[in-house]
Amino acid sequence: MNTLFGEKKANAGKKVFKSVEEYPEVPITLGTTLSNFTGDWRTFIPVIDESKCIKCYICWKFCPEPSIYIKEDGYVAVDYDYCKGCGICANECPTKAISMVREEK
Amino acid sequence: MPKKVVSGNYAAAYAAKHARVEVVAAYPITPQTSIIEKIAEFIANGEVENLQYVSVESEHSAMAACIGASATGARTFTATSAQGLALMHEMLHWAAGARLPVVMVDVNRAMAPPWSVWDDQTDSLAQRDTGWLQFYAENNQEVYDGVLMAFKIGEHEKVNLPVMVIESAFILSHTYDIVDMPTQEEIDDFLPPRKPLYTLTDFDNPFSVGALGTPADYYEFRYKIEKAMENARKVIKEVGKEFGERFGRDYSQMIELYRTDDAEIVFMGMGSLMGTVKEAVDVLRSEGYKVGAAKVRWFRPFPKEELYELAKNVEGIAVLDRNFSFGQEGILFNEAKGVLYNTDANPVMKNYIVGLGGRDLTVNDVRVIAKNMKEIIEKKELDKEIEWYHLKR
Repeated sequence: MNTLFGEKKANAGKKVFKSVEEYPEVPITLGTTLSNFTGDWRTFIPVIDESKCIKCYICWKFCPEPSIYIKEDGYVAVDYDYCKGCGICANECPTKAISMVREEK
Repeated sequence: MPKKVVSGNYAAAYAAKHARVEVVAAYPITPQTSIIEKIAEFIANGEVENLQYVSVESEHSAMAACIGASATGARTFTATSAQGLALMHEMLHWAAGARLPVVMVDVNRAMAPPWSVWDDQTDSLAQRDTGWLQFYAENNQEVYDGVLMAFKIGEHEKVNLPVMVIESAFILSHTYDIVDMPTQEEIDDFLPPRKPLYTLTDFDNPFSVGALGTPADYYEFRYKIEKAMENARKVIKEVGKEFGERFGRDYSQMIELYRTDDAEIVFMGMGSLMGTVKEAVDVLRSEGYKVGAAKVRWFRPFPKEELYELAKNVEGIAVLDRNFSFGQEGILFNEAKGVLYNTDANPVMKNYIVGLGGRDLTVNDVRVIAKNMKEIIEKKELDKEIEWYHLKR
């Protein structure tokens, strides 16, 4: 996945511990935010309608995480591993191209 | 063995020096100040090698600096009192959570207001749930021995938790007494250099400390701290026994029992208070009372089994609390009662709130308490569960 911040590491996924014995004795190896996916905190998920997008990138500027990235074709997309569903992008979008939809898991 | 006449605070400073601490970060607060003054003096006189003193602007920063230093693998020490300890509270959780064996001397001092610099255990007991081990010293010798043992216990591979060594304001901190100090060679033999679980200076294996723990992981790390606390029970007894074999003062009991073998009534308490109580036990024994004293040395981990063994064989326990948890009762009383629930030990227990803010508890006061306990046991009727003993009526 290309972002303006460089390549996202494909294997940065968090280690899943299956039993208490597998855990390190001290909480030092949980990794950075790169491996702690915060996307599962979300209740509403932003959905982008590219037909309404005018590539103004206001959503990209406002995203506090930042989980919105610019694709090679110039349109924006959401990194759902980290999007917490705050809805700021949908609120700021001047053409209402982003809608917040209740996510079903 | 060399003997020195020192205050409780100087005993703590000498113990830190003899333990070869590498980093001290502390902020002066009465009545703790003379501990770090003495350590500063050691550095100024060139008496210590390889000891960094970090100047900080508050106790919160002092503990933060200790956590950083300890995470690099250094043997770390600090000291504080009352409001200073309260200011450290947040950082105390960090030290225990990151499993760093920082050793701290807390000079028990009453919490304000009203502003007070005298003895009271509520400051340290309010830190009960932070994950620190707590050792209560009765006299200057125990302050010295406690600090040395604290490093060995906290740094043990099965523990890795911070330890608080607690002494009374002024009663110990500023009162001089003979303290028996082993030679540096003997101490080095007892307390080898620290072998840290991890160090931030391991540049080949970088990692993050204090990263996010989501609901998927946090719970397990809490369980690991509790396991370490349970392990500490065994380690405390082993180290206490080893200390006794090497230096002649045995600390293998988490509760020190004094003349309890045939006792009907036992006075239970912590810290310097128990010196007076032991004296009172001798006096009361000569007057025909069957009494004994149980000094709780380690409050965390709480000596459950020892307390149960004691409670099985006595008729009444008078818990002397130099502390109070508002809205409930004395903190030691609360813990002790909790341990005995669901067991077959069922002595009469009464809570005497004594000595708050440095008020004296005398031998005669203990006699009054003994008489009261005896009456309760004879009548088989508890007059009241909690008594504010010194209250002016």
